[in-house]
Amino acid sequence: MPCRSDKHSARVPKLELFAGRLGIVVALLALAAVLAALKPNFLSAANLTNVVRQVSINGILAVGVTAVLLTGGVDLSLGALVALTGVVAAHLAHPGAYPLLVPIAAGILAGAACGAVNGAVVTRCGVPSFIATLGMMTAARGLALVLSDGRPVSNMSPALTRLAGDVAGIPVPALILAAVAAAVAWMLRNLRLGRYLYAVGGNEQAARAAGIRVQGVKFAAYLLCGALAGLAGVVLAARITTGQPNAGVAYELDAIAAVVIGGTRLSGGVGGVGGTLLGVLLMGVIGNGLDLLNVPSYYQQIVKGVIIIGAVWFDRCHQASGKERGV
Amino acid sequence: MGEILRNGENRGNVWLEALGVSKSFGGVRALLDVSFELRRGEVHALMGENGAGKSTLVKILAGLHTPDAGEVRVDGRKVELRSPHEAIRHGIAMIHQELMPVPDLTVAENLLLGREPCGRLPGTVDRGALRREAGRLLELLKVDLPVDAPMRTLSVAAMQTVEIARAVGSDAAAVIMDEPTAALSDREVEALFRTIRALQARGTAFIYITHKMDEVFRIADRITVLRDGVRVGTAPASGLDETRLIALMVGRELIGGRVRGRAVAGESLLSVSGLSRTGAYRDVRLELRRGEILGLAGLMGAGRSEVAAALFGLAPAERGEIRVRGRVARIRHPPDAMGLGIGMVTEDRRADGFVPLMSVRHNITLASLERCCRGPVIRHAAEAEAAALAIARTGIRASDDGQAVVQLSGGNQQKVVFARALMSDPEIVILDEPTRGIDVGAKAEVHALVAGLADQGKAVLLISSELAELLALSDRLLVMRQGEVVAELDPLTVSQEEVLKHAMPI
Repeated sequence: MPCRSDKHSARVPKLELFAGRLGIVVALLALAAVLAALKPNFLSAANLTNVVRQVSINGILAVGVTAVLLTGGVDLSLGALVALTGVVAAHLAHPGAYPLLVPIAAGILAGAACGAVNGAVVTRCGVPSFIATLGMMTAARGLALVLSDGRPVSNMSPALTRLAGDVAGIPVPALILAAVAAAVAWMLRNLRLGRYLYAVGGNEQAARAAGIRVQGVKFAAYLLCGALAGLAGVVLAARITTGQPNAGVAYELDAIAAVVIGGTRLSGGVGGVGGTLLGVLLMGVIGNGLDLLNVPSYYQQIVKGVIIIGAVWFDRCHQASGKERGV
Repeated sequence: MGEILRNGENRGNVWLEALGVSKSFGGVRALLDVSFELRRGEVHALMGENGAGKSTLVKILAGLHTPDAGEVRVDGRKVELRSPHEAIRHGIAMIHQELMPVPDLTVAENLLLGREPCGRLPGTVDRGALRREAGRLLELLKVDLPVDAPMRTLSVAAMQTVEIARAVGSDAAAVIMDEPTAALSDREVEALFRTIRALQARGTAFIYITHKMDEVFRIADRITVLRDGVRVGTAPASGLDETRLIALMVGRELIGGRVRGRAVAGESLLSVSGLSRTGAYRDVRLELRRGEILGLAGLMGAGRSEVAAALFGLAPAERGEIRVRGRVARIRHPPDAMGLGIGMVTEDRRADGFVPLMSVRHNITLASLERCCRGPVIRHAAEAEAAALAIARTGIRASDDGQAVVQLSGGNQQKVVFARALMSDPEIVILDEPTRGIDVGAKAEVHALVAGLADQGKAVLLISSELAELLALSDRLLVMRQGEVVAELDPLTVSQEEVLKHAMPI
């Protein structure tokens, strides 16, 4: 079916939060209204807290991978990194072993190290990001299995599990997501690195000719993405109170889906954290709604798949704009 | 302009027509009530500044846009062209500015792409018939190309010929060409014109968009001028001259000739000796002084852009010495060059000039963002101020500085690239084809900008394929041929013919 859009928005999506993301806001509100009408307990504090808790890990991953997608790359290793860093953190989090900060820092650093390898392979060896991170996905999963001997790493200190608890009725993972999103959004808008991420994804040749060290910018994106995957891995381990070498399968795809629903272009250069958060929320609310409506989980997957494609198609129709005028 | 711009007589020959066509893009008017006719066997040039609506009009005829109002007629019958495919079915083919061949297929396979002769089994291709048919088509065009060569081994000009042959092979009665000679050498242009004339004799009609004046008067039978989305008029090419045509395009008369007097050059800012890169240029020596414009003439492939790329660190030279302000400089990346006070406007602005979906403001400050920063943090107010200043200086016309650069006309896009290069206040400015593909009005503005740079005491290296431009602006003129600097000429006294004589390969 052709996706005709002669409508030409005078302004193209920019760095501003939620700019041009009205369609998703509307979809989100409409969905919430329908759910609230069908299931009054959708709006209950308990349920909303639940939604926020459930989207936190996908949210942290999605914010990180937004940076990579903005440069026109992709990171498929996130799910495996979540498992690996969870195992690393769990190993260091037995009661009385180390101070709380050690397992958290170790998880994040392990993620950052893998991200650095991704970045180095992409920028130094010129391997396409799809392949580089696909290799990392397999290798990191293997490493997680080696480190854990294929079994969940249990006996976790309660100090760490509190990372998945509540503070003043708000889930801590949601607070972490909020902090991460705010920091990355600020970075994209206010740091030179943020601007350069857009430039590299928007036109790599032009960025190079403008004197930007393109490879360094790309490397930074993978590093950030890996570090946030590490953070997500620690939070997940805290939530399930074990380091699971088999955790996080296909998490990267959920994260990428949320980012793309949020309006970041797979080809890079356009998008941002605001849209990504909306995408994450939309996916979370859909999942929650299907649960409330007692849709069996197998069917839920079908619905989710359709919605991912539908959302991006809808977005394309409303954004193709700039392309048409003799670009 | 009444009497010369009336519609031609003998309407019986009209084959393709647009009647009262209008088109807007989200409130921005691109075309208003434009009528246009193409007769069998004519070459009809479509002229106008960038943004005049030429591309929109031909895209409607090629089925890429649907008009908001008005209709298209083929052979007197109204047609709906909803896709390029339908346009081709009606015999209208478009050769795009950026060619789109399949590089790894052979010439023959590209020529008959989508219409391969069937073999004995369904779904198979009769390769013998494919090669014969391809050979027949090329013969028709009187060109000699190897049908079995992979497309990627061909020159741009040869690929273009294949595209034309493909259009003709699909029985196109009208071929639309959007700036076909932008990337061709003079000799290749000649070959293209021969091909066009051969097909014209067989009744094929051409719509020909170009900015090059000399070409129009050599190839076109009639000329239609558009301005701001409205048709100014149509006239036989023989009834117009260059001055008149430019006046119609811009709505005012422009004065041609020398833009500036001879500058008093200051001390040497950049000197190059023995600069070499295998297969690109050999033993290049040049000197660039404060306050002067050094022109660099030559044909495509003479190595001019490659030398410029070396000076800016985009593709370093293999041997030779570059001195900036007397000191030996090592330039490996653009940041090295920028650190030495060198700025550059690159040859192909679409490829490496600007970030299309980024705003005017962000594009302008991209190369010197650190000037509007405290440490790594951008100071948005300072950035906006710097961009506003640059916009005013270079005369960029945009709705506001948040508009995406891709939405600007070619001339304004080029001014954005200028603004970016000048933002770091370089003393040495390299300009590679600064007016390629921009309209005459914007060209004059860019010329004034370039002259202004030299007047401010900057040293300018100007590469251009338009000799008139080089002669109008340069203080000294070097000619490159096949990778070597072969002559230094005085642009105030030398003729275009003489420059060309030096530039032509022997």
